[in-house]
Amino acid sequence: MAYLDHAASTPMLPEAVAAVCAVMARPGNASSLHAAGRQARRTVEESREALAAALGGRPSEVLFTGGGTESDNLAVKGIFWARQDGGVARPRVLASAVEHHAVLDAVEWLVAHEGAEVTWLEADALGRVHPEVLEAALGDDVALVTVMWANNEVGTVQPVVALAEVAHRFGVPFHTDAVQAVGQLPVDFASSGVDALTLTGHKFGGPLGVGALLLGRDVACTPLLHGGGQERDVRSGTFDTPAVAGLAAAATLAVERQPVVARNLAALRDDLVRRVRAAIPDAVYNGDPVDRLPGNAHFSFPGCEGDSLLLLLDARGVEVSTGSACSSGVARPSHVLVAMGQDPETARSSLRFSLGHSSTVDDVDALLDALPSVVDRARRVPVR
Amino acid sequence: MRLLAALSGGVDSAVAAALAVDAGHDVTGVHLALSSSPAALRSGSRGCCSREDARDAGRVADVLGIPFYVWDLAERFRADVIDDFVAEYAAGRTPNPCLRCNEKIKFTAVLDRALALGFDGVVTGHHAALSDGVLTRSVDEAKDQSYVLAVLTPEQLASTVLPLGGLRKDEVRALARERGLGVADKADSHDICFIADGDTAGFLRSALGPAPGPVVDALTGAVVGTHDGAYAFTVGQRRGLALTVPAGDGRPRYVLSVTPVTRTVTVGPASALDICSLVTGPPVWSSPRPLPLRCSVQLRAHGMVHDCFVTAASGPLAGWQLALDTPARGVAPGQTAVLYDGPTVLGSATLVSTHP
Repeated sequence: MAYLDHAASTPMLPEAVAAVCAVMARPGNASSLHAAGRQARRTVEESREALAAALGGRPSEVLFTGGGTESDNLAVKGIFWARQDGGVARPRVLASAVEHHAVLDAVEWLVAHEGAEVTWLEADALGRVHPEVLEAALGDDVALVTVMWANNEVGTVQPVVALAEVAHRFGVPFHTDAVQAVGQLPVDFASSGVDALTLTGHKFGGPLGVGALLLGRDVACTPLLHGGGQERDVRSGTFDTPAVAGLAAAATLAVERQPVVARNLAALRDDLVRRVRAAIPDAVYNGDPVDRLPGNAHFSFPGCEGDSLLLLLDARGVEVSTGSACSSGVARPSHVLVAMGQDPETARSSLRFSLGHSSTVDDVDALLDALPSVVDRARRVPVR
Repeated sequence: MRLLAALSGGVDSAVAAALAVDAGHDVTGVHLALSSSPAALRSGSRGCCSREDARDAGRVADVLGIPFYVWDLAERFRADVIDDFVAEYAAGRTPNPCLRCNEKIKFTAVLDRALALGFDGVVTGHHAALSDGVLTRSVDEAKDQSYVLAVLTPEQLASTVLPLGGLRKDEVRALARERGLGVADKADSHDICFIADGDTAGFLRSALGPAPGPVVDALTGAVVGTHDGAYAFTVGQRRGLALTVPAGDGRPRYVLSVTPVTRTVTVGPASALDICSLVTGPPVWSSPRPLPLRCSVQLRAHGMVHDCFVTAASGPLAGWQLALDTPARGVAPGQTAVLYDGPTVLGSATLVSTHP
C-alpha cells in the first residue's frame, strides 16, 4: 500500500499516541477544583504552553477547538460579528477565492444569513493572491480578511506576511488557515503578524478531531459555542484533555523536525514530479513551482477524469486524492483550479499526491509503477 | 470476473453485489449521484440518491469489504432522463423515465465507463433473470423488472450480471439480514425518483408553465371544459378533468388523446380507449426472432400481457405492427411495447401510434 494522501490526514506520531494514551487513563475535568481536576488542568495548560512555544504565540493566544473547520468558522464568523459592534457598519469580508470550504462556506453563510458582503480576492494562475489585489479591495467597511497560509489542493504558499501588513494598514484583522502549513513550513504566529491562525492536529501527526485557533490577545471574537466560559469565553466546552496533550506533543515534534522533514519531503517530491513528467509528458504541473508545500505535487492529466485515475490507482494499492474530500463523495471540478483559470474539464482531470513524515521512495516507486498504464486506461473512459 | 456493482443504497442492489462476491467475482461498488442537490435524508419510498442513500450504499460496500465510489452523473441524468421526460410530455406522449434511466444511465453511461476502466461487466439488483444472454422474468412476478430492462441490446446484456432473477423479494431481504446488511428492511422505492412529492402534474406545470386549452368531447366535438396544460393528462386518465358539460350518456369520460399543437385534450367513453392495433418505432431485439411472429406484449411496467401477432410495419421507421388478440385500454404513444415469449424477453420498441 502506497499512501500519498498526507494532506488529507497524516499518520499520528508515536509520541503523540503515547501522550494521548497516558492522559486518557486518568480521570478529571480540567474545570473541576479538586486534585483530579487540577491534574487535568495542568495537562491542558502545559499543552497550551507547548503549543504556544512551538508556534510563536503566547499561551493566552491558544484556543483549543475541535479541529480546522471549527477554528475557521470561529475566526470568520466570530471576528465578523465582533467587528459589527460599536455602531460602525463593516459588512464586507475579503476572502481568497482558493480557500478551503471551511472558510468559503462560513463566508457564504454570513452573506446568506448575516447581511455580510463578500469580495473574493482573485488568485493568479499559480494560485497566489497578490498584496496589490488585497490593497485594492480594502476599505473602511471591511470586517476581516482571510487568506490561507498554503493551499490544500495545489500547495501554493501565500505571501501571508505581506498580506497581513496590507490589512493592518487599513486597521483590518487578518485570519489565515494554516492547516496545511504547520509541520511543513516555518510558522511563527507573532512574527507573521496575523491576528488569527487556524491549525489542526491530524495534518502534522496529532490526533483527529482536535485543533486550535491562535487568536491575538487584542482581537475581539464573538463565540460560536456558549457555556462554561472556557478558552477566554470564546470557546466553551469541557477540555478534551487527552486530545490536547496529543496535539501539543505532535506540534512540538513536528515544528522541531520541520526543517529536516521539509528538506527530505521536497527532495522526494521533486523526484516524484520529475518522474511523473517523464512518464506522462503532457501532464500539467499545477501550483507555484517554487513557493509551495514541500510534500505537495498536483497534476492535471489531459484526457483523463481524476475519478477514474483515483479508482484505478486505488485498485493498484496507490492512495491519492482528486483534491479535497467532500462529504457526499461527489466530485465537482475544484473551485481552486477554476479560480486559477482552468476550465472545468481540465480541473476534473487532476490528482493531488501529498507526502508526509512517513513517506519513502517506495511510495513514489509504487505510484510510478502504476501510473503510466492507469493514465493510458483512464484516457479510454468516455467523458461524462 | 471483475464486476462493477451499482449500489443504490437499497436492499436489492446490496444483495446482488453480495451474491456476486459470493460467486467469486472481484466486485467494486459505485453509487450513482443523480441529483445535483441531494436531500440529506430519504423520505419514505419517494425521492432518490439522498445522502442517506449514498451512506447506506457505502455501508453495504463496507460490510462486503469491497471498494466503493460515488459517481456524479447528475448532468447526464438531467439531460437524458428528466429533460427527456418533460419533452415527451410536452409532445403529448407518455414516457417511462425508469426505462430511460436504465437505457441511458445505468447501461450506457455506467456500463461504458465500467468496460473502459477494465471491468468485465456490471452487476445490478434488478428483479429479472439473465442466462446466456437471454433475459427472462423474475420468479417474483410482483417485483419483475424485465420490462424496464427490455431496452438493452444483446451487447449490453452480454456484459450484465443479474443475480436476483431466481429470488423472491422476501428471500432477498432474508439474505440481506443473514449477511448483516443494514438495508435489509429498507422500504422499496417506487414512484418517479426525481419527483419527490409524487405530484407529476405539478412537476410538469412548474417545468413547462401554464398552457391552457380546451377539453373536447370526441363524440360530439363540443368543448366540454378547459385545462391549464395538456401535458398534465395522459391517455386513460379520468381524474382532474373538471368537465363543465355532462356526458350525453351520463357515464364517466376518459382522456382519449392529447394534441400538444392545439393544446387539445380529447375525452370520450371508456369503450373508446380500447386499442387493438399498435405501430412502433425501430425495435431493440434482445433475443432476435424473425417476423411475422406470434407472441405476447406488455405495454407498461406491471401492466397486462396481451397475446399478439407481430408483423413489420410499413414506413421508414422499420418498426413493428402489433395486432392484439384482446384490446388494451389506455395506451399512449411514448409507452414502450415489450415482446415476450412466455417469460423470455424478445425485444422492445416505443409506440408511435395506436388504433382501435
